[in-house]
Amino acid sequence: MELFVFICAAAMVLVGAIGVVVRSHPVHAALSLVLTLFGVAVLFVAKEAHFLAAVQVIVYSGAIVVLFLFVIMLLGVDNVEDLRIEPITVQRPLATVVGIGTLALLVTAVVQAQDSVRTGSGTGIDEAIATGDPDSNVRQIARDLFGDHVFAFELVSVLLIVAVVGTVLLSRRPDKSLTSDGGRR
Amino acid sequence: MLALDPLLIGDLDLGDLLVVLVKVVVVFVVGLVSTMLMVWFERKVISGMQNRVGPNKAGPFGLLQTLADGIKLFFKEDLIPDKSDRFVFKLAPYLSFVPAFLVWAIIPLGGDFTGDKTGLVTLPGDRVTRIQLADPQVGVLLLLALSGIAVYGIMLAGWASGSKYPLLGSVRASAQMVSYEAALGTSLAAVLLLAGTLSTSGIVASQEGFTNWHLVSTGVLPFVIFLIAATAELNRPPFDLVEAEQELVGGFNTEYSSIRFALFFLAEFMNTITMSAIIVTLFFGGPQPLSIDIGGLQWDGDLYLGPLNGTVWFLLKVLVFLYVYVWFRATLPRLRYDQLMDLGWKLLIPISLGWFMLLAAFRLAQQEGWNRVLVGGIGLVSIAAGAALLAAAMKVSARNREREGAMF
Repeated sequence: MELFVFICAAAMVLVGAIGVVVRSHPVHAALSLVLTLFGVAVLFVAKEAHFLAAVQVIVYSGAIVVLFLFVIMLLGVDNVEDLRIEPITVQRPLATVVGIGTLALLVTAVVQAQDSVRTGSGTGIDEAIATGDPDSNVRQIARDLFGDHVFAFELVSVLLIVAVVGTVLLSRRPDKSLTSDGGRR
Repeated sequence: MLALDPLLIGDLDLGDLLVVLVKVVVVFVVGLVSTMLMVWFERKVISGMQNRVGPNKAGPFGLLQTLADGIKLFFKEDLIPDKSDRFVFKLAPYLSFVPAFLVWAIIPLGGDFTGDKTGLVTLPGDRVTRIQLADPQVGVLLLLALSGIAVYGIMLAGWASGSKYPLLGSVRASAQMVSYEAALGTSLAAVLLLAGTLSTSGIVASQEGFTNWHLVSTGVLPFVIFLIAATAELNRPPFDLVEAEQELVGGFNTEYSSIRFALFFLAEFMNTITMSAIIVTLFFGGPQPLSIDIGGLQWDGDLYLGPLNGTVWFLLKVLVFLYVYVWFRATLPRLRYDQLMDLGWKLLIPISLGWFMLLAAFRLAQQEGWNRVLVGGIGLVSIAAGAALLAAAMKVSARNREREGAMF
């Protein structure tokens, strides 16, 4: 049963991932990304991480990809791009290098972490099954995020706010008349 | 062992499977029939408020009008526009229809939650179950996930039609639904904080009797914010900019006809019912009876209906909110787009966040034994300081916009 679920979810993830790369239409590519995210959510559920699965669907499928689609529709870039034109010449070889590097990093991390994964009932995310408390999943994540890793968590939120403020600042077009008397304010 | 349904714990026999199947079919049929009745109810109530008669020809009181309309829609020509994206065009109605149905699964539709009872029902053959299709661990988060998916239905419908007005309607819809989902989530968090659980049956069980509905802490601010955000999430008047007829022809579903249009229509009305049911579950105790105990007057809310007691109470409460939604539609004019965004981002989200912080502070004060008046005072002062900062920031940005020559 677990193998069957895994094969189905993995197929979803892979088909979606290949679709993102292969589909030439941006909207279709974004929809393939949704398929991948759903596959990952199914894998989370299969591993008893229900809260993570729900958050995956709410945040990634429900907000982030919707924003992608929103931008694609609003900017009207939903036509097929001509791949022969290359605005920045180094970006394709660079993308290959970065892609292979990321893959190598992920593989190394998975191989290294193999021994440190806790298995058996009552440890890790299995606690929900062992104790029979459906909310223990949420409690564990809360204790991890707001207890053990609270400093990193707050740093990330500061980073996000800085990014938002920076984007707003950069995207406002400089106005000559405004800068001349803007100092008065 | 945890499961979606207490029935599935332990050995599974044919009877258990049969019970689950019957529950699925019942929820499906009840959902469809109640949607049909809701359409009739809305048309009848609105016509009453507008001094008209409303549907009165098909069946008694016009009850079968929706059925007649549905059959008519089935036999209409199914058009697919030439410029449309055919696959996405066909997919979109289902993306909007399926989430509307799935939310039904997590709503406790009945059962006895009074006292220490947890709403479990024992069927013949010692099968213990709930009057609820599923009670997942993530509980009410499923509602947020499904309303996140429902955005795709509307958004892709507008985009795939390949024409201007549907696209404009769907861009509006996605911006509106994503913005109000934040307000929906933060007001929901206040309820979850007090209930201490995510599961819908757990939330209902924690609201025993009139006094445990948390009328002060969640019944005023979070409830009003949830009601407004839910109305916006449903794209119902006064937030129906998605299908503003005067501006957008018909909005995202302009190019749809026949059964695909019927699916959108069905999803919209079904969402209204499920959202009312969710409001009742979160804020007003779901199937809990309204027991009164004031002075000499005592009534435990027993309607002498036996096991159906909870279901009848649930239906009565849901009806109140269905009426409120129809009432909104009949009385309130549609908002302008910038008013909609201002209301969501500058008013609802900050207020619900502030209230959530205050509730959390009180919760901590109770645990640690701090002086509650002092905690409340400090909380209110910091909320006021935050509000003043926000107001100042908005004033500055409004002045900058004016200087740059913006017209609003």
